[in-house]
Amino acid sequence: MIETIIRLCGWSAILFVFGIFFFVFKEGAPVLWDGLDLVQFFTSAKWAPTDDPPRFGIVGQIVGTLSVTVVSMAIAVPIGLGSAVYLSEFCPKQVRESLKIVIELLAAIPSIVWGFIAMMVLGPLITDLTGADSGVNILNGSLILALMSVPIMVSVGEDALKAVPDSYREAALALGASRWEIVSRVLFPAAKNGLLAAVLLGVGRAIGETMAVSMATGHATGLPKSILSPVQTLTATIAAELGECPQGEPHYRVLFLIGIVLFVIAFVINLTADVVVKGIRGQQHD
Amino acid sequence: MRFFGLRAAVLALAVVTVTFSACNSSKGTANKPGEPASAAPSEPAVETAGIKITGSDTMVNLAAAWQEAYKKNNPDVALQVSGGGSGVGIAALCSGTIDIATSSRPLKDAEREKAKINTGKTPVEFKVGLDALAIYVNKDNPIETISIPELAGIYGEGGTIDKWQDLGVDNKACPSGNIVRYSRQNSSGTYQYFKEAVIGEKGSYKDGAIQQGGSSDVVGAVTKNPCAIGYSGMGYRTPEVKLVPVSKEKGQPGVAPSSETALDGTYPISRPLFLYTLGEPEGNVKAFIDWCMGAEGQAVVEEVGYVANPKK
Repeated sequence: MIETIIRLCGWSAILFVFGIFFFVFKEGAPVLWDGLDLVQFFTSAKWAPTDDPPRFGIVGQIVGTLSVTVVSMAIAVPIGLGSAVYLSEFCPKQVRESLKIVIELLAAIPSIVWGFIAMMVLGPLITDLTGADSGVNILNGSLILALMSVPIMVSVGEDALKAVPDSYREAALALGASRWEIVSRVLFPAAKNGLLAAVLLGVGRAIGETMAVSMATGHATGLPKSILSPVQTLTATIAAELGECPQGEPHYRVLFLIGIVLFVIAFVINLTADVVVKGIRGQQHD
Repeated sequence: MRFFGLRAAVLALAVVTVTFSACNSSKGTANKPGEPASAAPSEPAVETAGIKITGSDTMVNLAAAWQEAYKKNNPDVALQVSGGGSGVGIAALCSGTIDIATSSRPLKDAEREKAKINTGKTPVEFKVGLDALAIYVNKDNPIETISIPELAGIYGEGGTIDKWQDLGVDNKACPSGNIVRYSRQNSSGTYQYFKEAVIGEKGSYKDGAIQQGGSSDVVGAVTKNPCAIGYSGMGYRTPEVKLVPVSKEKGQPGVAPSSETALDGTYPISRPLFLYTLGEPEGNVKAFIDWCMGAEGQAVVEEVGYVANPKK
């Protein structure tokens, strides 16, 4: 009996994923055989869904999402993994406990609050320091996303490092390894999977995050010229326009198509992660 | 949980008291919204006391102000006001889920057809005033006038005006000299109207404008950014921003947005504001619309910052 329930719980995940995909696809798909120009969809950066005739090009949004994600990861990965190493290896015990509490608090801040910080604090700071034309841009969005994903990376990364048996550290010490050598040659290879999972969770958050990013990046259509240009991300486009476009119209359906694109991106990232992790495991067994 | 139960009990008691007092006093005075239906049958005219109003973001302020003012004299009529954009209101009207749609653009023929197919009724139009779309810049910007072709060059696809210098303006407050364009999200009636009036019916916006979710957001952003330009209803002006006079052609003197210039047609970017109902309005809805079109409702239009209909 209990075994059946537990089994059902496990299988339900698959059901949910396919269910979500099915419903998003069902809403978006009719526009595919209703004359949507797929070439324009994937190659044009002109997003003008209420023009006559409407133009649906999502290159601008794809570039927006990718640029914000890449820049935020460039900031967050070193900080996140660095903090994880510090917490698990170098930090005195009392300090670690209080630091962990603060970091968990950081992870609990709602994204709308981050968006508010982006607009009110980071925005003016960026214009003052860089002379950017407006405070809402790729850099602002990336900084906010970095701040949002660091806590997750730290918690998961620290757990991964903690899971490495102490015998590894002791053996390395006995061989005369320095602290840095222990971290880079012993702990990182041993905790590779967990650390990769930490980074990917961060990437997932960066791609999927909507509210804070939409407040920080400024919603500008087209291709950004520099890191200080405003952009529009895939998620922010859906959030800003779905509630206000007539149901069943091409514009509405195309927004669901964007949802499918996001789905595919997430799927590819997870798949890559799986392959990479398997690859690492394979090498270890050789 | 216990606290909630107590509250509900007190509330129920209050409602019962009101019901009894309503029955005792003369009929038709105190039919509060949310009152149990048991009190209603004696007063069929006020039974459907709710009026749902949805639509234009530009007109949300106006509709909310109407709601406030109307409530004072007609406490038994509950108005529900929400925004979302002209398109949202019209779509809701066409499917028959609301009583009044507010819109900052006239109905399209296709939408009239749709309403007729869905509900069997034709939408009826009421012009309740005018909105002059003002061009906002930062108060440190020395610009004195701007023309429609120049605005098209700034906002329109293929337009070549990207720097304040291109307009002959020495905007010292803006170090980069770039014109930072603020626009609205593409479902907004203001976005559509500005495009039609400035860039042209078949035109399109230039990429790279920062899209804001609401009329007051545009004004707020322009207040803080010395490089900025934005468009928004005249009613959203604050003392901290500058409204640029607009001319039809380059070289002509600019016309400042005001009630007078909008009414006599000399201000080039002004548009009518509409209410739409399904078929000729009846009962409460008719009373409300008559009030909006009358002296009191029109005074509210002026108060909120729009232009009232010309007095007959």
